[in-house]
Amino acid sequence: MSASRRNLAAFFALLAVGAVMPMLAGQARFPQWLEIVLGGLMSGVLYSLVALGLVLIFKASGVFNFAQGAMVLFAALSLVRMMEKMPFAVALALTLAIMVALAWLVERLVLRPLVNQDGIVLFMATLGVAYFLDGFGQIVWGNDVYTLDVGMPKEPKIILEKMFEGGILVNTEDLIAALIAAILVAALALFFQKTSTGRALRAVADDHQAAQSVGIPLNRIWVIVWSVAGLVALVAGVVWGSKLGVQFSLQQVALKALPVVILGGFTSIPGAIVGGLLIGLGEKLSEVYLGPSFGGGIENWFAYVLALVFLLFRPEGLFGERHIDRV
Amino acid sequence: MKGKLRYKAAALALAAAGGLAWAADALAQSKEIFVPVLVYRTGPYAPNGVPWADGFVDYLKLVNARDGGVNGVKLSYEECETGYATDRGVECYERLKSKHPVAFSPLSTGITYALTDKVDADHIVLITAGYGRADSVDGAVFKWNFPLMGTYWDGADILVQHVKKKGSLKGKKIALVYHDSPYGKEPIPVLEELAKKEGFTLLKLPVTHPGVEQKATWLQIRQQRPDYVFLWGWGVMNSTAIKEAIAVGYPRLQMYGVWWAAAEPDVLPAEQAAKGYNGLALEHSAENNLPIHKDMMKFLYDKGKGTAADKKEVGQVLYNRGMLSAMLTVEAIRTAQAKYGKGVMTADQVRWGAEHLNIDKARIKALGVEGMLQPMHTSCEDHEGVRMARIHTWDGSEWSYTSGWYTADYKLLRPMIEQSAMKYAAEKGIKPRDCKKEM
Amino acid sequence: MIYRETGQFKTTYASDQQLFPILQDRIFVIAFLVFAFGAVPFIATDYLFRAILTPFLILSLAAIGLNILVGYCGQLSLGTGGFMAVGAYAAYNLAIRLPSLNLLVVFVLAGLCSTVVGALFGIPSLRIKGFYLAVTTLAAQFFLDWAFARVGWFTNYSSSGSVSAPPLLFFGHVIEGPVEKYLFVLSIVCVLALVAKNLTRGAIGRSWMAMRDMDVAAEVIGIRPLYAKLTAFAVSSFFVGIAGALWAFIYLGAWEPLAFDVNRSFELLFMIIIGGLGSIVGSFLGAAFIVILPLALNQFPTALGIPISTATISEIELMVFGALIVFFLIAEPRGLARLWAIGKEKLRLWPFPH
Repeated sequence: MSASRRNLAAFFALLAVGAVMPMLAGQARFPQWLEIVLGGLMSGVLYSLVALGLVLIFKASGVFNFAQGAMVLFAALSLVRMMEKMPFAVALALTLAIMVALAWLVERLVLRPLVNQDGIVLFMATLGVAYFLDGFGQIVWGNDVYTLDVGMPKEPKIILEKMFEGGILVNTEDLIAALIAAILVAALALFFQKTSTGRALRAVADDHQAAQSVGIPLNRIWVIVWSVAGLVALVAGVVWGSKLGVQFSLQQVALKALPVVILGGFTSIPGAIVGGLLIGLGEKLSEVYLGPSFGGGIENWFAYVLALVFLLFRPEGLFGERHIDRV
Repeated sequence: MKGKLRYKAAALALAAAGGLAWAADALAQSKEIFVPVLVYRTGPYAPNGVPWADGFVDYLKLVNARDGGVNGVKLSYEECETGYATDRGVECYERLKSKHPVAFSPLSTGITYALTDKVDADHIVLITAGYGRADSVDGAVFKWNFPLMGTYWDGADILVQHVKKKGSLKGKKIALVYHDSPYGKEPIPVLEELAKKEGFTLLKLPVTHPGVEQKATWLQIRQQRPDYVFLWGWGVMNSTAIKEAIAVGYPRLQMYGVWWAAAEPDVLPAEQAAKGYNGLALEHSAENNLPIHKDMMKFLYDKGKGTAADKKEVGQVLYNRGMLSAMLTVEAIRTAQAKYGKGVMTADQVRWGAEHLNIDKARIKALGVEGMLQPMHTSCEDHEGVRMARIHTWDGSEWSYTSGWYTADYKLLRPMIEQSAMKYAAEKGIKPRDCKKEM
Repeated sequence: MIYRETGQFKTTYASDQQLFPILQDRIFVIAFLVFAFGAVPFIATDYLFRAILTPFLILSLAAIGLNILVGYCGQLSLGTGGFMAVGAYAAYNLAIRLPSLNLLVVFVLAGLCSTVVGALFGIPSLRIKGFYLAVTTLAAQFFLDWAFARVGWFTNYSSSGSVSAPPLLFFGHVIEGPVEKYLFVLSIVCVLALVAKNLTRGAIGRSWMAMRDMDVAAEVIGIRPLYAKLTAFAVSSFFVGIAGALWAFIYLGAWEPLAFDVNRSFELLFMIIIGGLGSIVGSFLGAAFIVILPLALNQFPTALGIPISTATISEIELMVFGALIVFFLIAEPRGLARLWAIGKEKLRLWPFPH
């Protein structure tokens, strides 16, 4: 086994021990532990939804899109405000159109002029786009907390009451969110594997110049990628918005997607999912079991520290490509 | 070409700076009393900050429109956006200071802490109605702070009094879900003191700003199953807490929010599911058909001059609170004018007015807020005036009172207040005033 | 015509390597300093000092620190707010627990505390690069935020978590009033800016720039990456820590951990992007820009008499920030400093076109 694989195995072994420790130490009983694991996995799915968009854009254009969180918020805001005046399906279609228009604008005004610049410069440009979208979205749609009602059930379900005392709390809303995420990933996988546009996207992700020489129009591809990322942002916005209400702080949550892509690798879609699950799980477990001894509130930084430690073992992330520096 | 741009930019900057200074001077010579309003209309705290700001500004407008000012002297005001951030609050304070304001209402305990150190030297009144430093009740040390109507120590004590009525607290568990900021941490000393006295365990669960990540907190609550949950949140933290409580199935009947965590923006996102959620009502609730509200409609909204975007906001909990904050500021000005003459008041004079507020039942009725305010009387040693509250409960569509009046246990709180105030005075080298002499 | 170097001959290496080799530059800088120290205290208003000059100076110091790390050494860092907090709380604890210490000593020691913490969080940079490093510096930011909110010792067990600076005793004299604070901060910033400029001109600065441009090649020719990167983090954190202590003690007076949150880190990053990466002058220009812009945006509509809500102004501010960043990155990725340099270039030829 290569050193890197060994490191990875060691990391996961440590993680598994850490996860089961509370039960071994007698601090938790199985049903409670299971609830927290489930809760963690569910919030992990939500993080992955945002991370998906990040990975998509990075894969196809090498840009680390810091504005993904702002896109999530903008999509959700547009949808919820338009839903006040028209039926859901129409609002959804219109929001999709808005996100495509946004993608086109970003490609035209931001990406094209900066086409050969460093990664850092493009990252900072997306930072600017994030701030702009932030202000623009609030001016156009307002800055209140808006309830997004897509019919998700709010009350929890208690299952397996006979087997475990008190039963296990399962949040049906989160389950549905996980289902939606799974469908989205499957749809994206199909898109990338089976359609010609998907193949073109993969070609661009592999090598920009080679793709161009084969005749793939780079600019159009970027618009498509950003539109797909916009769609993913919309789905994430709907799921998050239904849970938390559509409001400004949604994009703060999107900051958590960064450790997710670190864990999973910047260029891998399954990595985004697995990374999200790991982060969600780690966060909730640490908060509930480690938190009290630290006074609470550690879930804010735990995800980042987890990502940091992980990077020391494997700097490219779980599924990321190995980075080779040529001098 | 670019060089020219540079010179133009420099010239513009200098012009702007000069203009600012000139504008500041110009206002200083005006014949109006300037009341700055520190608000937050953006950011995660906007849903709660906006109605408060609207209520505050509406009342100032009403005094000008209906009464022609305070005894003939009009009020001028200016909003400054702080986003609930302490440094922006300080920045707003510094910027508006040059316009000779009489009183600041920062609507943030964090900003209050930062400004408390400055108002002593700058001679500006700090009115923190229903928030701020609990120890600033002691006017001997905190000459310029006025936590009128109630502090968080009162709120914590009253909540414990109320739940104690449901049964002895010995052996019970109370969880405090609080915003990890000076605002949220403020009640902890009192709650710990009461935990020792009454025999309950206090479970402290901090929530980091902005407060949308509470899943782990509420999973812990489900694990620990406390008998009561006290919510000390602000902004979106409140609605998130209620939603997460619903998601883990914690009965809303056992949840009690402080008066800043029991308003419409907190429960409306969950609507019917939040039914049974209780909160402290700082003397008032969501009354909207008292004489004062009718005046608001008549003089402002019917003429299209109201501040709120939606008329329905008038009379909501936080709107009323902002309105009362402004009202108390104006009453302080009025009291000062009674002594110093009916002209433009300085901050020192308004400070005297705030320290000698005497709002009795007749005055409350004349102000049109009967039922929303209890008689209050401030003095050098008591900058609070009154410390009463009730409980109101959300029934799915509106708030209604579900308890009688409680008064905070001053005998328990006063020694704590004095101790904390003395500590502050020692730290800052302030010599406490002798209240008996000033009487 | 005015800005010509002809006739200025250097006869020693030292004079050739000096900071301002052109006489006109030297005159300009000295005049500027005389103006800043001698004239401004008399002509500027209270408001200018409190709201514009003092925060501008402190933030430019922090921007210089961040520029050293990001601009000169190429290590993207989003944790600057946390390091400012380290400096602020270290200074607070030193001042409270050792009240006999001189104020300058307190600030320097606070900077050193920040240096240690910065070097610690810089260790991962040896293995992690680029965006990954940025995210790990976020770990530093959030962890430090949490530590100062949670660990009671840092805030002297204040029940509210809010702390306030003790009176600023400097050689027996209490520094109060906007003019004194301005002069104090100005002196510190001048000295430290000089230190920064000389560091970046020296061998250590060159090793930073080598790491930024091509780290593998730099290692090949013998520059030790450990040494270069860690010193970048250390020096940067020193500056940022002192800036944090100044910000807390002199500008805010009383603060809580949220004053140094992730938004502050982004604000500093914007300053150096707009001002110019890898330039000391750029740090000052960027800081000035970011300090004045919100004020100008606030005053502009009211000056024109258009009634506009504060919420809209805040949102327009965000939009303008974002748009300006993109604009600067497209039009002049090397920021305002490059515009300044071009201006000077043109001035050297003026009135001739070439």
